[in-house]
Amino acid sequence: MLCHGTATRNARRRNLKLSIQTATGFRAFCASLTVLAMLSVGSSVARGQKDSGRSENVLYAELAKAPAKAVSRRNPLEHDPESAAAGAKLYGLHCAECHGPAGEGGQGAKKGPSLRVDEVQQATPGTLFWLVTNGVVRRGMPVWSKLPEPERWQLVDFIKSLNERPKAAPGSGKP
Amino acid sequence: MNLIRAFALAFLAALVLLRSAHAQESPYIVTYDHYLEEPGSLEVEYFSTFGTQRAGNDFHAFWVEFEYGATAWWTTEVYLDGQTTFNDSTIFTGFRVENRFRLLQREHFINPVLYVEYEQTSGADKILKEVEGHDVELDYADPNWLARQEHDHELETKLLLSATFKGWNIAENTIATKNVTGGNPWEFGYAIGASRPLALKASANHCNFCRENFIAGVEMYGGLGDRYSFGLPNTSHYLAPVVAWNLPSDWTLRLSPGFGLNDNSHKFLLRWGLSREFSGFGSAIARLFGGR
Repeated sequence: MLCHGTATRNARRRNLKLSIQTATGFRAFCASLTVLAMLSVGSSVARGQKDSGRSENVLYAELAKAPAKAVSRRNPLEHDPESAAAGAKLYGLHCAECHGPAGEGGQGAKKGPSLRVDEVQQATPGTLFWLVTNGVVRRGMPVWSKLPEPERWQLVDFIKSLNERPKAAPGSGKP
Repeated sequence: MNLIRAFALAFLAALVLLRSAHAQESPYIVTYDHYLEEPGSLEVEYFSTFGTQRAGNDFHAFWVEFEYGATAWWTTEVYLDGQTTFNDSTIFTGFRVENRFRLLQREHFINPVLYVEYEQTSGADKILKEVEGHDVELDYADPNWLARQEHDHELETKLLLSATFKGWNIAENTIATKNVTGGNPWEFGYAIGASRPLALKASANHCNFCRENFIAGVEMYGGLGDRYSFGLPNTSHYLAPVVAWNLPSDWTLRLSPGFGLNDNSHKFLLRWGLSREFSGFGSAIARLFGGR
């Protein structure tokens, strides 16, 4: 009987421990989400403040920083008939969210500059390749060197062809 | 607590409202390369590790990651860990908060990233997200009721070095960890990885099974002892082929069978993961709270 009583107490203790653990887990889960949410609000507001005072010229000015060696690089895929079409697919997957579905510039929180302007269209393929590779990290554009080199050249091919393409209808989402 | 619940609900509501975004994820499960989450995007990831265990029961450990791109040079993550030990029980084993900071603005031949993590886990944690110090298979043999009585508060730092050349990514992580409770010494570990997409050029069509959607590679990781006994004795090491499948539907699947390289290692670890990236998470949350 004594043993039975002890076993019951132990079982109760185990259950209590389990419920405390579960509660701790839930609290940790909620707290984690809170931290993330607060961080995201903070960084989003910070980005918004930066955006409001932002001049797109600063971003286009990055193109002028490309080293001479990069500027003169030739696009190895310039004669590839499928290159721009593949670039369009990559653009839709990775770039359209910020730069707009047809390169006309993004809207809303992730507002990237237009890629149809002269600053971009008159830049050499090598310059654009350099910018895609290095991003503009302090202005929010990530590096894209995780895309293999040929894919980055395909993107450049597509960007250079933007002005030959119609602007997308609002909300079409297609380049 | 109500505020915390409100934030948690807002977080889940934002997830429902968000658009997914395509990610080009690396196949590594333990090793980090230098690529961070895109700014404002949230990646939700689930990972599993099945491990064989000598002198104990096999286990299935799992974790959920919320990875948020705060800026283009700063990514922050929260992990929640749990495990099931067969013929034993399923338990929550702790959480981790991690930050990665890109140290250089532009791409270089070798790109450094600083990694800082705080983890609060129990001794029953078995996700093996990293191997450090004198971590050996026998440490994981205790039953859950015993192992969970140990509580670890660890500060973990890593220097991530990564290079991308001709489609190959080579990454090396040096790990230094300090359990801040008790007088434990700094412990060290490493992870190295190499990977490459199966095709370097994209095809013009959207396709699930195109070679460019697959990235394959291998990673190796293990402990390097501690401050007082640095080196390979009494450490465990693993070699694991890895493959990632980046689907056009914005999901990424990863698979990695891992093999212990010495008698201190688990003989076999089977890991897999599923992740999805959501764009505009930060602005969605901000809008929910009246921001722009």
